[in-house]
Amino acid sequence: MMVRMTGAEAIIECLRREGVEVIFGLPGGVLLPLYDALYSSDMRHILVRHEQAAAHAADGYARATGRVGVCLATSGPGATNLVTGIATAYMDSVPIVAMTGQVNTGLIGKDAFQEADITGITMPITKHNYLIKSSRDIPRVFREAFYIARTGRPGPVLIDLPRDITVDELEFDYPEINLPGYNPSTKVHQLQIRRAAEALMAAERPVIYAGGGVRYANAHEELFQLATRLNAPVTTTLMGMGCFPTDHPLSLGMLGMHGTKYANLAVQEADVLLAVGARFDDRVTGKIASFAPKARIIHIDVDAAEIGKNVRVDIPVVGDAKIALTELLKHVQQRPWTEWNEKILSWKREYPLRYTRDENVIKPQFVVEKICELCPDAIIVTEVGQNQMWAAQFFKHKDPRKFITSGGLGTMGYGFPAAIGAKVGRPECEVIDIAGDGSFQMNIQELATAVVNDIPVKIAILNNGVLGMVRQWQTLFFGKRYSHTTLGDVPDFVKVAEAYGAVGLRATKPSEVEDVLREGLASDRPTVMDFIVHRDEKVSPMVPAGASLSEILELES
Amino acid sequence: MKHTIAVIVENKPGVLTRISGLFSRRGFNIESLSVGATDNPAYSRMTISVEGDDVVLEQVVKQLSKLINVIRVSRLDPQESVERELAIIKVSANKDTRSEIMQIVSVFRARIIDVSPRSLIIEVTGDEKKVDALQQMLRQFGIKEMARTGKVSMVRGSKVVQAGP
Ligand SMILES: Cc1ncc(C[n+]2csc(CCOP(=O)(O)OP(=O)(O)O)c2C)c(N)n1
Repeated sequence: MMVRMTGAEAIIECLRREGVEVIFGLPGGVLLPLYDALYSSDMRHILVRHEQAAAHAADGYARATGRVGVCLATSGPGATNLVTGIATAYMDSVPIVAMTGQVNTGLIGKDAFQEADITGITMPITKHNYLIKSSRDIPRVFREAFYIARTGRPGPVLIDLPRDITVDELEFDYPEINLPGYNPSTKVHQLQIRRAAEALMAAERPVIYAGGGVRYANAHEELFQLATRLNAPVTTTLMGMGCFPTDHPLSLGMLGMHGTKYANLAVQEADVLLAVGARFDDRVTGKIASFAPKARIIHIDVDAAEIGKNVRVDIPVVGDAKIALTELLKHVQQRPWTEWNEKILSWKREYPLRYTRDENVIKPQFVVEKICELCPDAIIVTEVGQNQMWAAQFFKHKDPRKFITSGGLGTMGYGFPAAIGAKVGRPECEVIDIAGDGSFQMNIQELATAVVNDIPVKIAILNNGVLGMVRQWQTLFFGKRYSHTTLGDVPDFVKVAEAYGAVGLRATKPSEVEDVLREGLASDRPTVMDFIVHRDEKVSPMVPAGASLSEILELES
Repeated sequence: MKHTIAVIVENKPGVLTRISGLFSRRGFNIESLSVGATDNPAYSRMTISVEGDDVVLEQVVKQLSKLINVIRVSRLDPQESVERELAIIKVSANKDTRSEIMQIVSVFRARIIDVSPRSLIIEVTGDEKKVDALQQMLRQFGIKEMARTGKVSMVRGSKVVQAGP
């Protein structure tokens, strides 16, 4: 039986049918009918202080839970405030549905108050987007949007909602999906699988390079089986962190610009490189022309367009990572531990990730190690910059959904709101945002959101008083000319936290780090832990931008 | 290298923007793009000429295929396809030059579709080279205005590029 309802009610019904449990948003004039319908529904809504945070929170929720995250913003400025969050989700293939208010259909194109062409603006940064012109289309569009967001290569979908379509009535009917142009691949090409298996079995120096696609496909177990059966060392991208346990003998850690020296050496020496759900980002490959020069490259990706986009691929396999790896496992047998494995172990001994310890100054790496020691199962979210790289390098990642970071877009200000979203999605987990003082100030206002909604995330600021990563580049490549990277008198983060009603703690000496962490982790309220670190600490090793992975520098600090 | 691809898309607002936006964002070079409805009004067919090597072409095809509103993308092998373009050209003419122009027009199997004391409008269809050649010939008389459609193309024989299976 069809039920008559308003567009706004239909939207809530659609969200309910898609299993949405929470919306991150902030209202505005054109959204009043929808917010009114929300008022009488039992849908959870978390009011943010800035729409950018709504998008990041939906994104963090999606990454932590594997479900579609949902955010909502009003027309014009509300919608444009979502843009950075949508682009962040797009670059990292995160399934979110962003809803935006729009002026009445009759006013579209007239430069009406708070009008912005948000479907036009977000076309290049969404997997797909919709402007709904009639309330009748609401059920179909919502159904398609959620389906598109979560299937194939996941990604953000935006739905623009003119005010009048939320008021007009419709007969609610949830139609079947009919998208003739959208057929996410579920099968893999058997011939390519066999070719890949043969290449891997014949390899003397195999390396597996795993990316975020492994996480999205939930293929980490298959990856583990394949790697251990082949005795193939595994390196992961920033997005693939946690897909293979970093403390395993076959683990190479991360590769690329701030990857381990042994991962980069291994890739450069490999004779077969199996890339799974990774897209050969330039931060990973360094200079393309000299990337993995000795290797035949096998590339498994659900998105056919990724194959051959950046590097030449010898054996392409289009398909979901879990399906492809499962098929591959049928064709590979146990390979012995070889000289190659020994070589890698010797590199690991020779070039470990390291830093010089100090009695008097807090080392940021030490803070990360301590966090890992005290809370090994935490969901780690990061901001962008040195803090992000130290979090990647010095935390022992072992769970694919527990490292949440803006890899593709590198969005400062991402971490804290994403942490809020992750905590909402997985309240049973400790969620810690490892932050820089610069990045944290980009969405610091969300302390109010966390406090008011009682979302006890923890923020560990590695406070160096500078835009550290940019300063590092200035130190190395611009003769220490520190043009506009010193933040000067950063605010007293303890007081800021307290002003918002959160807990604020500070450590200025190494001996205080553990106490502050223990107290912060024991707190059941949003808590800011301010660790004062030295401004000249560097992320090491480093492959300079545009250089080959073989040209890796080990930096002293 | 120039390549021609046929793209069947859903006939919905914004689809052309998605396609052209994709080209500009990814840095692909469009030579020409022509669109029209297919026999089924739910779909349109685009013929797109792109400039680039095989790697570029492959990316163009794959990226286009990713768009939700794109139903089918097909490379058209120039050896096995017929290609046509339509141009209408307004050329200066007076009683001294008119007959010469008419001779050229007839050699090219083009047509005159408007005559006035100082100009003629000429319609020509053919492959790009033919249209170029006529344009070249007419230039001496003074081309006042010209509209070209860009290329449309179709594979010879029974093979088809269409929305259905
Ligand atoms: C929104 C945004 N603006 C600028 C940048 C460029 N950027 C990359 S890292 C960085 C410095 C980050 O400083 P901070 O958050 O203090 O972290 P640190 O590197 O000191 O750990 C900047 C400015 C960026 N990634 N994102």
